[in-house]
Amino acid sequence: MSETTEVAISIENVGKRYTIGHQRSSDDGMRHAIESALRAPRSWLRARHQKNTKKVDFWALRNVSAQIKHGEIVGIIGRNGAGKSTLLKVLSRITIPTEGRMRINGRIASLLEVGTGFHPELTGRENVFLNGAILGMSRAEIVRKFDEIVEFSEIEEFLDTPVKRYSSGMYVRLAFSVAAHLDPEILIVDEVLAVGDSSFQKKCLAKIASYAQAGRTVLFVSHNPDAVRTLCQRGIWLKNGHLYRDGKADEIIEDYFNDIAIEKCQSLSNTEYGLSIQKVLLRDERGQESSRFFPGDDLVVEVHYDAQKRIENPIFALGVVGKNGSCFASNMLLDGHRPRFLEGTGTLTCTFKSVPLLPQDYSVKLGVKAETVSDTIVAYQEVAYFTIAGDLAEYGYKGAFETHARYSTAVVVPYEWRLPDGSTVAVSLNRQAPVLSGWER
Amino acid sequence: MTEVLIEADRIERQYWRDLWRFRELFFFLVWRDLLVRYKQTVVGVSWSLIRPFLTMVVLTVVFGKLGKMPADGLPYPLLVFCGMLPWQFFSTAITESGNSLVSNANMISKVYFPRLVITVSSVMTSFVDFLISAIFLVALMMWYRFIPPIQVLWLPFLVMLALGASLGVGLWIAALMVEYRDFRFIVPFIVQFGLYLSPVGFQSSLVPQQFRLLYSLNPMVGIIDGFRWSLLGGRAPFYWQGLVISVIEVASLTVSGIWYFRRTERTFADVI
Repeated sequence: MSETTEVAISIENVGKRYTIGHQRSSDDGMRHAIESALRAPRSWLRARHQKNTKKVDFWALRNVSAQIKHGEIVGIIGRNGAGKSTLLKVLSRITIPTEGRMRINGRIASLLEVGTGFHPELTGRENVFLNGAILGMSRAEIVRKFDEIVEFSEIEEFLDTPVKRYSSGMYVRLAFSVAAHLDPEILIVDEVLAVGDSSFQKKCLAKIASYAQAGRTVLFVSHNPDAVRTLCQRGIWLKNGHLYRDGKADEIIEDYFNDIAIEKCQSLSNTEYGLSIQKVLLRDERGQESSRFFPGDDLVVEVHYDAQKRIENPIFALGVVGKNGSCFASNMLLDGHRPRFLEGTGTLTCTFKSVPLLPQDYSVKLGVKAETVSDTIVAYQEVAYFTIAGDLAEYGYKGAFETHARYSTAVVVPYEWRLPDGSTVAVSLNRQAPVLSGWER
Repeated sequence: MTEVLIEADRIERQYWRDLWRFRELFFFLVWRDLLVRYKQTVVGVSWSLIRPFLTMVVLTVVFGKLGKMPADGLPYPLLVFCGMLPWQFFSTAITESGNSLVSNANMISKVYFPRLVITVSSVMTSFVDFLISAIFLVALMMWYRFIPPIQVLWLPFLVMLALGASLGVGLWIAALMVEYRDFRFIVPFIVQFGLYLSPVGFQSSLVPQQFRLLYSLNPMVGIIDGFRWSLLGGRAPFYWQGLVISVIEVASLTVSGIWYFRRTERTFADVI
């Protein structure tokens, strides 16, 4: 293969400018316009004139360059408004770039939304054909893959029902199934997995992963960093329309989390009480700052505060939250221990001992209440992020169980089985002794 | 392997190739529009026969019976229907295609395909209605035991002309509608007044000779006259000048329509 054909997507200095204020705001309405024109004709004219001439340029994307090779799975992350969607729109040719150029080698399919063009009045069967054609499949291709699509969607018995009678879950299933059978060389996926129930999400992720294994190129935008980490080797981090980082997915996501945590803490203050949380750090048992832990490690949460006024008997609450909800917490309201007062700067730490969590992504939540309990000083919110690293296979989760474990309950407390034959097996999550392997005997 | 180059400020070369690749989408969109139109209706497809029939009755009563317009010895319903056929096609086509982009806005902002597909296929949808109405005309002719004259051989050309007029105007309106929703109000006006400004309920030979050329500036005049002449013949000599003006107008409308559509198409997703 020559150098040029190895590259699937080549992006050179791409920029996209939007002009804000170009369209007149429609919410004013005709009546309002007439009314204000009658009341004060001169100022109305002036205002209109100014409104029309005042155009603000906004670069949703600027100087973005990247080369994506065939077979690469690239995750794109960034905050809302960082330019992720714009980049995907430009790449999938929905809109043209204002500057720069792009080269795309190979059959490309983009999935910015599931069920684009689905018509509510048409039946599931009819929509499969319509949606397939919109996504660029030929009739023959749809006919050939029809059974596969239906099987994947798991809604066979509702195939001849208009989709307007579908539940949103069924709708998404069918829509994704069509898209999943596109079979392109380059696939662009945006956030589509944010919908649907978790078992179907899992199925979709597996489908995308199978694309990757088949040597296809995938560009994946998701707010689910775990999915990005699982699927992608490479991460591209967009910030304010610029390409901020480009590198290994694991590292980029970790940095991204830290970045969010730092920014988040800046907003954690209460002027009435004069309290601000300056930062929340996570440390391991040796006191090293970290956002990567292993199952069974101690987790130290260190809260740095600055109290400009004296605060009596505040109540701190910390919680660890996984993707399936709260895992465990420490709450001064329940345990009764609390500082007599806070004044000036200081730190407060809480150590969670031998954290029994499976390898996944977690966040730490913090909330501060006043003595009266009814008064919230700092609302309970996410302040830090960490990952429990490790290979699930090490803990006995192999094959299909590995995927199950990724999306199942995160907390595994030590437990012991006593079997009918009298034998016992003690199970705990511990890096040193991967116990679940005991089952193989 | 296909390579696609996307550059700022350049019309992509592969556009027409893409249009060919998405050729089946034309069919699917027409199929969707037809399928959706009569869902949850009781009489279903019969509506596309009932509508022109009732219009014909009303126009015959108003112009033929009350207005006592000359019919040149032809049955008035037949006269009216030959005018209505191209007019109804044109008016539904520009209404439907004018709205086509805006009503498919979600597709435009989420998936790429040549946008021309949407607007052209909505003209095609109206064309299917036109064909159904044409069946009704055949039935009407059989009822009156009327045999069309030899110039009926011109009909395919005239149908193409009507198609071109619908497409040209439809493309302009569709592209303009994306940015200027004012056309949502303008189009019904064109359709409403056009019915009376075009020789649908009467023959254009009623127009005084000195105004005939001016009258023919309406491109539908030449087309409707042509339809009537080729299907019914009639005593009055055919006014060729009107048809020539129509052909020129339709050609320039279609070419400029495609040009304008292509020019604005690249920013549809941003503006819509």
